[in-house]
Amino acid sequence: MALPSYATPVQRTYYYAYLFFCAVVFFFLVAPLIAIIPISFSVSPFMVFTDEMLSWPPDPDAWSLRWYKNMIGNCSADVVSSTVPCSNKWMIGTVNSFFIGFIATFIATTLGTLAALGLSRPHMPYKGLIMAILISPMIVPLIITAAGMFFFYARINLVYSFTGIILAHVALATPFVVITVTATLVGFDMNMVKASQSLGARPVRTFFKVIMPLILPGVISGALFAFITSFDEVVIVMFMGSLDQLTIPKQMWAGIRQEISPVILCMATCLVVLSILLLTTVELLRRRSEKLRGITSR
Amino acid sequence: MPIGDMLLRSVDDSQINTVFPKTFEEYKKWDKEKDQLPPEPVYKALFEELAYGEKVKVGRALTRMNYSKSGWKSLIKKTSREIKKVVRKDEFPESYKSFLIETNEKWADPSYWYAVGQMVNNQTPIYYYNAVDRTYDENQNVVQQNEDRRVYVKTWIKTFKVSIYVTLFCLILGFPVAHLLANLPLRYSNLLRIFVLLPFWTSLLVRTTAWIIMLQQNGVINGVLVWLGIISEDGRIQMVYNETGTLIAMTQILLPFMILPLYSVMRVIPKSHMRAAQNLGAKPALAFWKVYLPQTIPGMSAGGLLVFVLAIGYFITPELVGGKDGKLIGSWIAYHLKTTLNWGLCAALGAILLGIMLVFYWLYNKIVGIDNIKLG
Repeated sequence: MALPSYATPVQRTYYYAYLFFCAVVFFFLVAPLIAIIPISFSVSPFMVFTDEMLSWPPDPDAWSLRWYKNMIGNCSADVVSSTVPCSNKWMIGTVNSFFIGFIATFIATTLGTLAALGLSRPHMPYKGLIMAILISPMIVPLIITAAGMFFFYARINLVYSFTGIILAHVALATPFVVITVTATLVGFDMNMVKASQSLGARPVRTFFKVIMPLILPGVISGALFAFITSFDEVVIVMFMGSLDQLTIPKQMWAGIRQEISPVILCMATCLVVLSILLLTTVELLRRRSEKLRGITSR
Repeated sequence: MPIGDMLLRSVDDSQINTVFPKTFEEYKKWDKEKDQLPPEPVYKALFEELAYGEKVKVGRALTRMNYSKSGWKSLIKKTSREIKKVVRKDEFPESYKSFLIETNEKWADPSYWYAVGQMVNNQTPIYYYNAVDRTYDENQNVVQQNEDRRVYVKTWIKTFKVSIYVTLFCLILGFPVAHLLANLPLRYSNLLRIFVLLPFWTSLLVRTTAWIIMLQQNGVINGVLVWLGIISEDGRIQMVYNETGTLIAMTQILLPFMILPLYSVMRVIPKSHMRAAQNLGAKPALAFWKVYLPQTIPGMSAGGLLVFVLAIGYFITPELVGGKDGKLIGSWIAYHLKTTLNWGLCAALGAILLGIMLVFYWLYNKIVGIDNIKLG
């Protein structure tokens, strides 16, 4: 991608302008996420960079963990501030989010993997139609899906229950699993299934001993996608959750609307760290899976 | 399935019919040409149904009646109080019609009775008319809402405007980046891909919060501008809680959805094509325009469609960053679902939105084919 040595000055200018533009866009993408991290360690209850924080050499008094203590529900005197309420709501939300996330991920991964296996068979009837229905929650605006589910669940009395929220999240998360697992199955050699069966393995054993290890990277990254989908989801929880069914996103939403406080930024920082971890895992898995299937990238 | 249920809801009007079945039955017999007011049986049926109806059901029906003509709710409430008194004393009036008109002269006002005409059937298009600021007048003609109640058409237009702008911005910003990622050696591009994927994996609310911090009046961007001396301390720009804020935040949030499909398309375009074109004498700009750009159309349209569709149904970010008049159509759907409980209108708005999307998918399928959507 480097410029050839015979490039004219005009071409050079264009090239550097292009690189600069890309750099600006990358900055635009990441800067907001980076900017909130230092502010979450601030002493001040206002969410800004204070003059003390920017001073050089660093001033230890300008930095503190007080909002993190607030977040985990430690309401001691040095933490409480007149404008920032302190409660264990964030912790309740965290527990609920992980609870809903794990169960929804488990169901969605199971269903999605099975669906992808079925859909990848060459003689599957109505493949296109089934695929379209399966991935529809991903491409229909969330607000429509959420409203539709609310009406439907209201009829069968699932509104305001964890079961309802989890089922709705499963519906949202399954398409991601289907897509990632289908992608892994592209390089899958169906002869291996036949080989294993001719050697006497029953279908279940074949699945766990032969198919599963090969598609595992796809399944895991699908599961991570599913988890983050459920973990970040706020519209459905807002519509279908009762007041005490807090999750992290719902608590953040409430926080931004009512009592905008640095505690939100602490939680946001934690979530950024979490997403970096998940992202790294998925990237590593993707490369491993490409290696396994013998697809060498350039 | 839930979506089908929503479509039913949007035309469903049966609830009120279970409350006033006899009244509506008699109402249908009323000859509007001959009599100015409905005949006696209508009043009698209404009287009985109000006297013995279940309170909760009647309450819900009243809310529905208020949608067609405001004033219904208080009228019925006052009347049924009178009716209950009479029933308790066991003195049934001789003429129900004159009794009702005596308790409240509004019962002699034909416009209320005309409004009933909208409700006698089990299905109704009224929610759809409401969703585009239309309503019925006395003679069952569809007319524009009053000036001060027209909000939806404006919101629809704004939703489209914002979605189109966001799609364009994403295309302008995303195209060069995708091109860079696709053409760098894999070592660097994998590293830079993280920059694109990180926002993609981060919670929507985190990113929205981050933008509020960045854009607010004493926020980071204004701080940097003041520090650089571009604007004065008093001239801090209001960038959040208005449309600018919505546009900036939504563009950043949806940008990965544009870059990833573009990237996956651009990665497989052979580099030799551009060289061949230049070898044949085309200037770089012409080669780009004639050779490279047409090959990226599947990527551009996939990204554009994704971004547009996501933007049109967006609700969280505009609601938080958009401020008072930043509401898009998604906010209204949520508002009617949670606050006013006007589920019919909510479902109608959703159904219209769904219809618009289906048109876009159909167009997309015609032009590019739907199975080109990929997740990076």
